[in-house]
Amino acid sequence: MSYHVNEKGYYGQFGGAFIPEMLYPNIEELRQKYLSIMAEPDFKAEFDQLLKSYVGRPTPLYYAKRFSEKYNTKIYFKREDLCHTGAHKVNNTIGQILMAKRLGKTRIIAETGAGQHGVATATVCALAGIQCIVYMGEIDIARQAPNVARMKMLGAEVRPAKSGSRTLKDATNEAIRDWINNPEDTHYIIGSAVGPHPYPDMVSRFQSVVSEEIKWQLNEAEGTQNPDYVVACVGGGSNAAGAYYHFLDDERVGLIAVEAAGKGIDTGESAATSILGKEGIIHGSKTLLMQTHDGQITEPYSISAGLDYPGVGPMHAHLHTTKRAEFIPVTDDEAMTAGLMLSQLEGIIPAIETAHAFAIFETKKFKPNDIVVVCLSGRGDKDLNTYIDYFKL
Amino acid sequence: MNRIQAKLKEDKKLLSIYFSAGFPEVNDTVEIIKRLEKSGVDMIEIGLPFSDPLADGPTIQASSTKALKNGMHTALLFKQLKDIRKEVSVPLILMGYFNPMLQYGVEAFCKKCHEVGIDGFIIPDLPAQVYDEEYKAIFDRYGLLNIFLITPQTSNDRIQYMDSISEGFIYMVSSASTTGAQSGFGHTQEDYFKRIADLNLKNPQIVGFGISNKQTFTQATTHAKGAIIGSAFIKYIDAQGIAKIHEFVGNILN
Repeated sequence: MSYHVNEKGYYGQFGGAFIPEMLYPNIEELRQKYLSIMAEPDFKAEFDQLLKSYVGRPTPLYYAKRFSEKYNTKIYFKREDLCHTGAHKVNNTIGQILMAKRLGKTRIIAETGAGQHGVATATVCALAGIQCIVYMGEIDIARQAPNVARMKMLGAEVRPAKSGSRTLKDATNEAIRDWINNPEDTHYIIGSAVGPHPYPDMVSRFQSVVSEEIKWQLNEAEGTQNPDYVVACVGGGSNAAGAYYHFLDDERVGLIAVEAAGKGIDTGESAATSILGKEGIIHGSKTLLMQTHDGQITEPYSISAGLDYPGVGPMHAHLHTTKRAEFIPVTDDEAMTAGLMLSQLEGIIPAIETAHAFAIFETKKFKPNDIVVVCLSGRGDKDLNTYIDYFKL
Repeated sequence: MNRIQAKLKEDKKLLSIYFSAGFPEVNDTVEIIKRLEKSGVDMIEIGLPFSDPLADGPTIQASSTKALKNGMHTALLFKQLKDIRKEVSVPLILMGYFNPMLQYGVEAFCKKCHEVGIDGFIIPDLPAQVYDEEYKAIFDRYGLLNIFLITPQTSNDRIQYMDSISEGFIYMVSSASTTGAQSGFGHTQEDYFKRIADLNLKNPQIVGFGISNKQTFTQATTHAKGAIIGSAFIKYIDAQGIAKIHEFVGNILN
């Protein structure tokens, strides 16, 4: 069984491109060209060079000695937090800006929740000298002020999404509407492994450098390319897609997806899509999403702005439905506690999104000889205010 | 013959009006339909409100949000429309996004639409190929026409493909945009309307997006069978209430 996308753009029953006709020419052009552009030798050379000299790849695979001792198993951190701009998001935006240039596009739009993808997009637009407009929910603009300032400093225009719940879902709606109104000159850089085909696959491929590096780095450290488990937090699912990518079809490697349970699964304030979601369509993709009985998309909640998306990527929906990946919900409190613990045990302050992935060790038990790789997807600088408020620092 | 097909055979330019079910008030649906028919409107599009209407501009986003806040939902709409065919004979088209239909169950949804007397669907986020492969047989079984949108960017090949799998009209989106009134049509639109007319499609074309008054209605119908007004009508009933619908329609038709 393959867990990769099929030729029609589906992962099992999930995926596809449920888009208004207005978007068809753009999506179709991308679908026809993305694989051949990514295979071009000069594209690969430019992508690899930028990842190396600009992003700072390869990122370390760090053996976390004290963390491993605490949980009595062998735990490695894949240090995506050390990427330029502070998270894995830039792997994808570098790839997509090069893609946009080859498609002849002169204007970039993006959506952002926590602001990490917005910053990563504004960064590559500055690098390429291309106009950048980032849609961000009004509520997220208020709770992620430092990232808003970063985007502005990088020359991007930040447009508030004022419709609906004024968070990531609505920022995505606004970006899609912008693309409908500007079909000729604009490329939409989606930040997660969501949206209509080919976006989930394209984003996963750009992020797959994470698992590609894990393989050879682990081989150097442990003499095996395959860990027993790969752990990643999942909102839309881009860091998980990258960390899983080269292990997807090798079922000896266990995949663990950590979702934001918010204040608790049953509280009505949660973002645990795999548990609370049902099959449906969001942002052009058939996947699992949180919705009412009547099919209206509902508002998720998490303390981390990057995980409160009501859907999940179609690849992840498939991994969940087939039980290829184990999905574990983690509450706000558990994540915050794990974030503080990681800071004091290993000297690494994680993004709150990322902190969710580290909370599972309290309940999920591993064998002493298991090798567990955790994708440390982002650093916590942007979340300092939330940490300060929570811990009264 | 389906009511839409019969209407399209009439020797006149057709005016179709869109409104969001449940707006301005949740129980206005039937009254709006009756008043529109009485005012001389040729077809009516009933918008099933959705939380995330991607193809819509601010006006219809706002009316959808308000309708949902008012308590509109799929089962309630069917309940409101239960006896509508005892009251009106105008063709009724349901316009909505695919997810609420999917959650109701596509077959159950079609069956219910057939029972209350809906004649067809406009579903912006159901792509032509998916309709053709997975849902056409169900729609056909219940006598429901599926109306496709085309835009100035849609290739002739694709238009001809859509024409081949539909039996109502082609919904010609006037420009690359979300819904909402614009100031008027220029040469670009004229050329596009003419280009589509010259394709000699099996299905007539009706223009939508950007029609707001008599002038744009006349421009749009020079090369097309009819035109659809949505946002401008919603703005009007939001400001004037539904009692003066005949004045809005009169200003377009007279």
